[in-house]
Amino acid sequence: MLNKYPMWKNLLVLLIVLLGFVYAIPNLYPDDEAVQVNSELGLITEIDLERATTALEAAQLDFFGANINDNGLLLRFSSVEEQLRGKTALEEAFGQNYIVALNLAPTTPNWLQAIGAGKMNLGLDLQGGVHFLMEVDMESAVERRMRDNLSNIRTILREERIRSRGLTLNTSTHLQARFASASERSEARSALVTNFPDLQFQNNEQGDFFVLDLRLPEEAIVQIQRDTLAANRTTLLNRVDALGVSEPTVQQQGADRIVVELPGVQDPAQAIRILQRIATLEFHLEAGLGASSLSYEVFDYLGQQISVDNDVILQGDRISNVRSSLDQNGLPQVQISLDAQGGNQMNRVTRDNVGRLMDILLIETKSRNVESFDESGNPVEQAEFYEEKRLISHARINSALGRQFVITGLSTREANDLSLLISSGSLAAPMTIVEQSVIGPSMGQDNLNKGLLGVQVAAFAVILFMIGYYRIFGLAANLALVMNILLIFAIMSSIIPATLTLPGIVGIVLTVGMAVDANVLIFTRVREEIADGSPPQRAIDSGYDRAFTTILDANLTTFLVAMVLFAIGSGPVKGFAITLMIGIITSVFTAVVGTRALVNVIYGGRNVKQLSIGGVSTLPAEQKIS
Amino acid sequence: MTKMNFNFMGYRRITALVSSVFVLISVISLFARGLDLGLDFTSGTSVRLSFAQSVNINDINSKLASAGYEEAVVVSFGSDRDIRVILGVDESIEQEDQASQAVEVGERIAALLQSDNQSEVVLLGSDYVSAKVGTELAEQGGLGMLVALAIITVYIAIRFQFKFSVGAVVALGHDLVITLGIFSLTGMEFNLNTLAAMLAIIGYSLNDTIVVSDRIRENFRRMRKGSPLEMVNASLNQTFSRTIVTSFTTLLVLFSILLVGGDSTEGFAIALIIGVLIGTYSSIYVASNVILLMNVTREDLMLPIKEDPELDDIP
Repeated sequence: MLNKYPMWKNLLVLLIVLLGFVYAIPNLYPDDEAVQVNSELGLITEIDLERATTALEAAQLDFFGANINDNGLLLRFSSVEEQLRGKTALEEAFGQNYIVALNLAPTTPNWLQAIGAGKMNLGLDLQGGVHFLMEVDMESAVERRMRDNLSNIRTILREERIRSRGLTLNTSTHLQARFASASERSEARSALVTNFPDLQFQNNEQGDFFVLDLRLPEEAIVQIQRDTLAANRTTLLNRVDALGVSEPTVQQQGADRIVVELPGVQDPAQAIRILQRIATLEFHLEAGLGASSLSYEVFDYLGQQISVDNDVILQGDRISNVRSSLDQNGLPQVQISLDAQGGNQMNRVTRDNVGRLMDILLIETKSRNVESFDESGNPVEQAEFYEEKRLISHARINSALGRQFVITGLSTREANDLSLLISSGSLAAPMTIVEQSVIGPSMGQDNLNKGLLGVQVAAFAVILFMIGYYRIFGLAANLALVMNILLIFAIMSSIIPATLTLPGIVGIVLTVGMAVDANVLIFTRVREEIADGSPPQRAIDSGYDRAFTTILDANLTTFLVAMVLFAIGSGPVKGFAITLMIGIITSVFTAVVGTRALVNVIYGGRNVKQLSIGGVSTLPAEQKIS
Repeated sequence: MTKMNFNFMGYRRITALVSSVFVLISVISLFARGLDLGLDFTSGTSVRLSFAQSVNINDINSKLASAGYEEAVVVSFGSDRDIRVILGVDESIEQEDQASQAVEVGERIAALLQSDNQSEVVLLGSDYVSAKVGTELAEQGGLGMLVALAIITVYIAIRFQFKFSVGAVVALGHDLVITLGIFSLTGMEFNLNTLAAMLAIIGYSLNDTIVVSDRIRENFRRMRKGSPLEMVNASLNQTFSRTIVTSFTTLLVLFSILLVGGDSTEGFAIALIIGVLIGTYSSIYVASNVILLMNVTREDLMLPIKEDPELDDIP
């Protein structure tokens, strides 16, 4: 029978609509203003909860839903003002070993959270905050590696008693060693080749000299860049924690840039000061038993109290490379390479201390606001910097260590974390801010409101027009349109967790305008069929059928364009391409399958004399006047 | 209902001339005047300020000039109470410090304008934008367009015929060049939003052209008699109502954004409105004209051995 979908097809459409609806629902629940408290030392306990509630009750603040979750202690407030006052009260109550951050707490019902439905993230332009784009100085990262290599080569040649006639760094990726004879050169080459697997060796002649060229190949450069970027990202993540921002974004962009987005932060100057500091690293021995209490400092390590000797074995700048890998037995390890001087220092200390424990401290400069009084006695807030030391590794020295050593006995995750922390304190390269913008919270809200209003007005105008022009069929197209918007929201908030930005909203609005195109194509075909004298059921069927090739061609080409933009572009170009691709898929589905299901329900399987599609007479063909 | 039968292609020579003239003017303007590039492509600091009462831009300009900011450009945005002060790159400052300086520059300008102004000045924000990012995105966008054009050419050549590829690509180029030309002639700012709009125009213009080409292909295969010109004309007539309706709904949406979407989306909406208008015209006149110029014949579109099953179900 014509125009009757099999049951399974109707159910499928219904199921997809239902899923779209369920996954889009969370966007209807506004977030609560909240404050989150985390301890830098360990877990949050019931005692902390009680401390918080007492402090807030004392300050007579309106709060609710205090509880402890995976992210720490969460307290909800009835308004933004209460939230800000709550933050101040909590900071006073908890002191400096806690991080007190403003946050937004979802109010989505648990069953929705359980099936993975979430809210769409709002971009900075819609909620306000500071945006930075940092560029990592890769040139200097690569050059630094080659300088390390240079000093190591010098040491090795000296140890092997090979005389060189000059050792220079010609470019940041090209080292050159000159020798008086070919035999000296080949000796040097065999001594160096095992120590520097990353470098490419090449013999050359230059006047009277026998030259050994050592170059850093492209793969090695890429690897250095990748490591450096990861190290810088970790550094930034640690910095950002100190700012107490609820949902910061620290994301890699391209080969040498990192985007930092701090929602809610309104003072870029302070953020810049904090973000541009670089962490350092120190290696220490554990204090021996009976050591004077003045000679060590106590740190917490996985809940244990560890006494760390005050003498520094060596500092992070002596580290030339860190990576986590697997040993020959497939167990995770962290490999650390030191430069020549670092290797000597390490060897000197460890050969006499085999069996003792060695500790690694990560030292970060953080800032906090302190209140002081100016000359006239008014309170002023000032940023004060302080160093924060953290014990990140506590491991036994098994043998005398040299330029290369490994830390074992870790899980894969611990090994990854440790290598990232060590590199954040040693390999991070200087960064420059290449872009900075501040969006005020009211401006963000304004953008959001206007954008959403744009969607509403546009959808309303299109819906009115479609009903006026295509009657019942227009109604089907409108339902499909609403379904389309719903699906886009559902996909963007739950399936591909995308961030909604202003251009994104515009992209959605544009989809609204263009999505009806498929229906316009179908409906004009149906009208044509009727005008050519086809009976209604036949007209619907061949209208849909014949429009389909066109719809496919038109959307496939546009989809190809979106794919190209996605592959080549970054940042906003990529974001636009994603919205476009999602829009094309959902709109073809809703406009072709969705409206067909509706039209089939309305007209299918019965004797229809006339179609309500507007514009054409549906009288039988022979009576037509043309 | 009388079937629409307008001799679109009767005007093909005159429209070809008009299109050529517009493209030529656009190209000349793009070379001679160039585009008024926004901060995204020039680097610099932008300070956003809001006044309690409406302000005179000229007053602000002279005030800034007397304080040493001769190069500053002042524009209003959103309302007559909000302004944006755009400053070029300060050469005396190291590149690394530009961003942190932006904050101070903003505060200085706000204080300066506040000093002898009764109405309160609020510093909404000061941004530092580096051209590096914008230029890179523009390069990506440009490269993306070229790769996309190549892929589209291949796709259309396979699905249709090579002559249709040329038609679609010429139409696309026509739309982009004239839209850019209008930006160049009117001196409207070209920024990242407008760049995104250009990418959207590609999608729109292509969509429109394909729909018309699709009908031309179908008619060539179905109609047993008639010259290519007549068949193209018939196809344009058959798709005309769809062309107008889709352009209309898209414009409806774009005008909604323009009216209620606020300042941030204005440039995007304007660029797209221009693009859609030109795209609608070009889908009727440019692609079809090119196809006819290349002497498209029925043989070009005949299916090699067996009929396409998709087209086989016509009663």
